[in-house]
Order: sequence, then C-alpha cells, then structure tokens
Amino acid sequence: MPTKTVFTAEIQYLSILNEHGKFDAKLGKDVIPDKDLLVLYEHMVRCRYLDEVAFKLQRSGRMGTYPQNMGQEATSLGAAYALNKDDWLVPCYRENCGLFYRGLPMEYILLHWMGDERGNAIPRELYCTPLAIPIGTQMLHATGLAWASKYRGEKRIACTFFGDGATSEGDFHEAANFAANLDIPVIFFCQNNFWAISVPGKIQCSAPTVAQRGLAYGMDCFQCDGNDIFAVVKTVRDAAKYARAKSRPVFIEAVTYRLGDHTTADDARRYRDQAEVDMWKQRDPILRVRQLLKERKLWNDSKEAALKEKVEKEVHAAVERAEGIAAPSRNDFFDHMYAELPEDLRLQRDTMQTHSLGEVLEESGVRSQESGG
Amino acid sequence: MSEEMRRDARIYLLGEEVAQYNGAYKVSRGMLDEFGPRRVIDMPISESGFAGMAIGSAMMGLRPIVEFMSWSFSLVAADPILNNAPKMLYMSGGQFGCPIVFRGNDGAGGQLGSTHSWCVEGLYSNVPGLKIAIPSNPYDAKGLMKTAIRDDDPVFFLESERLLSIKGEVPEEEYTIPFGKAAIRREGTDCTIVSWGRPVHFAMEAAETLAKEGISCEVIDGRTIRPMDWTTIFASVRKTNACVVVDQSWSFASPGSEVAAQVSEHCFDDLDHPVLRVHSDDVPAPYAQNLEQEMLPNPRKIIAAVKKVTYRA
Ligand SMILES: Cc1ncc(C[n+]2csc(CCOP(=O)(O)OP(=O)(O)O)c2C)c(N)n1
Ligand SMILES: [Mg+2]
Repeated sequence: MPTKTVFTAEIQYLSILNEHGKFDAKLGKDVIPDKDLLVLYEHMVRCRYLDEVAFKLQRSGRMGTYPQNMGQEATSLGAAYALNKDDWLVPCYRENCGLFYRGLPMEYILLHWMGDERGNAIPRELYCTPLAIPIGTQMLHATGLAWASKYRGEKRIACTFFGDGATSEGDFHEAANFAANLDIPVIFFCQNNFWAISVPGKIQCSAPTVAQRGLAYGMDCFQCDGNDIFAVVKTVRDAAKYARAKSRPVFIEAVTYRLGDHTTADDARRYRDQAEVDMWKQRDPILRVRQLLKERKLWNDSKEAALKEKVEKEVHAAVERAEGIAAPSRNDFFDHMYAELPEDLRLQRDTMQTHSLGEVLEESGVRSQESGG
Repeated sequence: MSEEMRRDARIYLLGEEVAQYNGAYKVSRGMLDEFGPRRVIDMPISESGFAGMAIGSAMMGLRPIVEFMSWSFSLVAADPILNNAPKMLYMSGGQFGCPIVFRGNDGAGGQLGSTHSWCVEGLYSNVPGLKIAIPSNPYDAKGLMKTAIRDDDPVFFLESERLLSIKGEVPEEEYTIPFGKAAIRREGTDCTIVSWGRPVHFAMEAAETLAKEGISCEVIDGRTIRPMDWTTIFASVRKTNACVVVDQSWSFASPGSEVAAQVSEHCFDDLDHPVLRVHSDDVPAPYAQNLEQEMLPNPRKIIAAVKKVTYRA
C-alpha cells in the first residue's frame, strides 16, 4: 500500500520592527498609531526603571526576592495593548509591563515582592489574576476563566503568560488539550527566553520551536519576535480576533530574552555566556522603538531626559506608597480565609491561641461574652 | 549523598537544577563534577513526570534520589509519590519494591508565601507505606540520609531551608542513624516537649527560657515521623507527667495531633494535664515577615503551653 502524507504544518515567524531598527511598513501598517507608540514606549521605560530600583531595594534588604523583567517588556505590554480591556490577563511573574498598562498601580507589584499579600488584591475591574509562582498552574485557570466566559455567552477571552520551561509541566499539556478539544477561547502566550533558571531550553523542548507544541493539540500556532512590540501586537491582535470569533485557542511563542538574572536570588553569569547576553542587548525591545521614534521625529534627547525624570518621580512615589503602608497585624491573617470565618477560627483569632483548641473553647470566655454574659 | 553514591553505583540524583547549578540551594555542590551527567541529572520542570519515571527505575532496582526544589512543588506530583511509590510493593504482591528517596526543602519561615511554604509532613504522614525523616541538625542529616538511601522503601526526607546554614559537628567517618529512634536533646523533669525538624530549635529556645523560671523541660527530637519512637516519648512522659507537642504543620489531623492522641491513650494515668499541641496557626503561611513568625509554633506559644500543662500559668 502506498504511503501518503496525512499532516504537514509550518509555523510563521513575524517580525515588523527588527533588531536593527528596520521597520516593515507594509506589515506594520496600522498596527500601532504614533500617539500610542509614545505611550507604549513610556511604559517600557518606566518598567525598566522600576526593575532597576527594585533590584537595589532587594540588595539593600528592603525587598525579598525579585524577578527582573528587563528585556522582556514588549511581550506582556504588546499583549495587554492588543487585547480588550476586559479580557483576562493571567500572568506568571514577569509581566509587569502588561499589568501596568492594564492599570495596575506599581506599588502592587512592589508590595507583592516585599512580602505583603495586599499586593495581590488586584482590583476586580482590571481583569488580572494574581502572580502565579507555582509554575504552570495558571494556564489551567486561564482556560477555566475563558470557559466561564463562554458558558455565560460573553465575548471575553483569556490570555495566559508562561515561560519556555513551563511547557514541561503537565498543566500546560492538559490545559492545551482541554482548550482545543472543548473550543475554549484562550491565548497561550509563551515567552521563550531560552532559559529556565539555569536550565537551557533544549532540556524543556527539543523541537525546533516551542510553538509547535500547540500543533499537536490541534490549535493554531504562531511565533513572533517578542522584542518587537509591533510583531507582538499584531500577532496577539489577530489571535484575539480569531479566538473571539471562533471560540478557539491559539498558541503564541514570543522569542525573547531576559537580560537580567532569573531573580535576585540567582547569578546568571554562572551558566550563561556573556557573548550571548551581549548579543541580546543589541536586540533590546526599548532601543529599537526609541530609534524609530527618533526617525519619525517624535523623539529627541530632551524628551528622553524629561521622561527619565518623570518615571523616576513616579517610581519613587510608588516605592514610598509601598513602604509607607502600615504593617499588617496578626488579626489580619484570618481575613480572606473563608467567605465567612468559622467559629473555631474566630476563636483562634480572638484568643491568639491555637494549641489544643478544645481548651481554648472552654477557657477563653469568648463564648460567654458573645452570649451577652 | 556523595558517600553513598561512591559506595553504590545504583544510586543516582535527579531533579530541577541539581546538576549544572549544584542544586537550587547548593545541596548537590560538586556532585556533577564527581559523578557526571549520567548520575546527576537536570530535569525539565515536570515534577510529576520525573517522580513517576524515577519510581519506574526504582522498580527495576535502581536507587534514585529525587530532589524537589521545594516540597511545595511535590504537590503537582502527588499521584506518583502518594498513590504509586508507597503502594508499589503492596499492589504488586511483593514483586516490585520502591527504594527511592524524595527530598527537598520543607516548611515556612523564609517569606516565600503560602504556596511555597508547605509543611508536607502534615499531609503525607497520613499515608501508610512511606517513611518520613526530618532532621534538625547536620549530624542527623548525614546519618538519616544514609539510612534513607539504604532503605528498601520510599523515604520522604524533609530538609529545611532555614536550617541549611546552621553549623554542627559532622564526623567524616561512616555512621547511620536508625529510623524510629528519637534523640533526647535536653533532659528535664517537669514537662516533655516532643518535636521534630526545625521547631526543635524553637523548643530548645523555649526550654532555655523556662529553665530560668525553674521549669525543667525534656526536649525530644523525633528525627523520623514515620516511624515514630513511641517508646522514648512514653518513657519521658511517664517521668515528667506533662507533655507539649510542637509541630510546624497545621493541627488538624497532623503528626502532632497523632502524638497527642497516642500519649493520651498510653500515658493517661501519668498525665497531670491534658497534652497540649503547639502548631502553626490555621491560616496559609502569610507572606509578611511579622505575620509569618507569629503564625509559626514560636517560643512564645511553646512557653505558654508548657506553663499551662505544668500549672505555672
Ligand atoms: C511547580 C514548580 N516547580 C518549580 C518551581 C521553581 N521555579 C521557579 S521559576 C522556574 C523556571 C521557570 O522557567 P520558565 O518557565 O522558562 O520561565 P522564565 O522564568 O524563564 O520566564 C522554576 C523551575 C516552581 N516555582 N514551581
Ligand atoms: Mg524561560
């Protein structure tokens, strides 16, 4: 019996504003109007400066561990810009820029990494879920969020962010399978930065692209230059349009690189070549936008200096707000445990005792006070 | 681990970041250089996957040591480690053993937030078929690790990030510490404090303070939770007639509660006061530093409990 080809596929890679600052006018037409580009540029600069400040805060003992976003600003930012304001952003932990664009005040992120749960209480109207530190779990939640939208007949989709390493988790594979087979409008947005802490990408995925992992589940897959804000915006915009119209998932692999350490607890020099880092510094997502703005006569050095001053003020004000918040009290940790605090926990809170609960119940006197004694 | 790997070629180490990076907490420093990539192996971020594969290799007679960067990440591998490893021998009618060690950092105290601060002994000690070792000092860490590796059954080895930097005498020469043999860290006459792992240090601190107030505590370090050294615990309670259990997991259905129940059953007539338990408060580990310390079974809570059972409150 003759054999025949039953499946072939290819993955498209999109680049519009390349690393040399060359802009493809045809592909880039109407992707980002100039006035928006200025806003996006400002966000990236602000986010980059926050990284710098947070790093110093950590080094001086004023913050716990912090993962820098440096080099990856365009990925989440481009996605947040391309999506509707009420589409779900389901982040991992390196998506500051997109979250800020959506409207999250910077102090939330600072509070989170300073070790304060209040940084996770993201206002509901922003449609962002809290940072997901257990790798991979958020992809299933995003699929569930989008599923709920579909169930309710809403047009809201979800976009979930994760790294190359996270595609090794079963959660990714189960979320992808689920979304594809049950027609769920969720965008799987992989930020392939080639490293998972010290583990190189080929230990997580030995196929030539991460994007093709999505093909196996039957969803459309795209790759784009993640350091090119135009390519990210166009890819996500098209994906969102398709996902919304067809109620289907899409996989996007944005090729990028973290210019900093994995977190402040890491020292990437121990496992990465300086030459590799230097190469990616040339591909910085901020540099090429600045160059383009200058070419379009929208930017100059004095504007740059003014912006620098502005973001410095804003970031320092955010640090002040984060550090100025009153420390939580012991009673606070019983908040948000249950919709309604059960009796035994209420007693723990009121008596400050947890050992041998039976004892506390009898002796605390809380009961008799309650009953009006 | 290295000493055991030199002794037995069937032993290998796998996990996230264990090779190139020498372990996320540098526990496997130098091991890749000494044993090479065949025996010290970096894994993709697939806890369920590599735990399950390691179990398969253990069934074939290899003796894997599986590092979870944190025991908190073992939760995504719950099925292999709880549903497969501890039951393999039982469900294969004795055909396939599972000589495997799962190890990693356990417990709160480093401001890692609630999802990274699990005290898994609270969950896992409920499961028959596995053993749990939880050293409180470097000497025990070596002796218990050797026993764990040589054991023919699955052993959960719970380390503490907070204890990785403490120093203590560790003999160069070979020794092992048997499972189910507690250590009396401090002798005393008024109250027995039973603990294991990091909270042993809190108990010692509390005992020190209490001694100044004339209350003499006997501090028992269980060293392993499964098996638990009931003999030593009961003998001590029969001497002191009072008992406080200090356990960093939550109280509900915990190993601490099991000790309280066993002591109550076996030493009922010897006790002057019901056994009290000091646990972490019934909330997810808070992220904020002050709250986290409050939540843990800290010396303040232990002192209050000891005073109560010795009627000095
Ligand atoms: C379930 C789980 N396993 C392991 C870790 C430890 N960990 C934190 S970040 C990380 C690497 C993630 O790499 P990748 O997904 O590529 O994201 P990147 O940080 O490169 O953006 C690991 C292994 C974790 N947080 N959760
Ligand atoms: Mg990565």
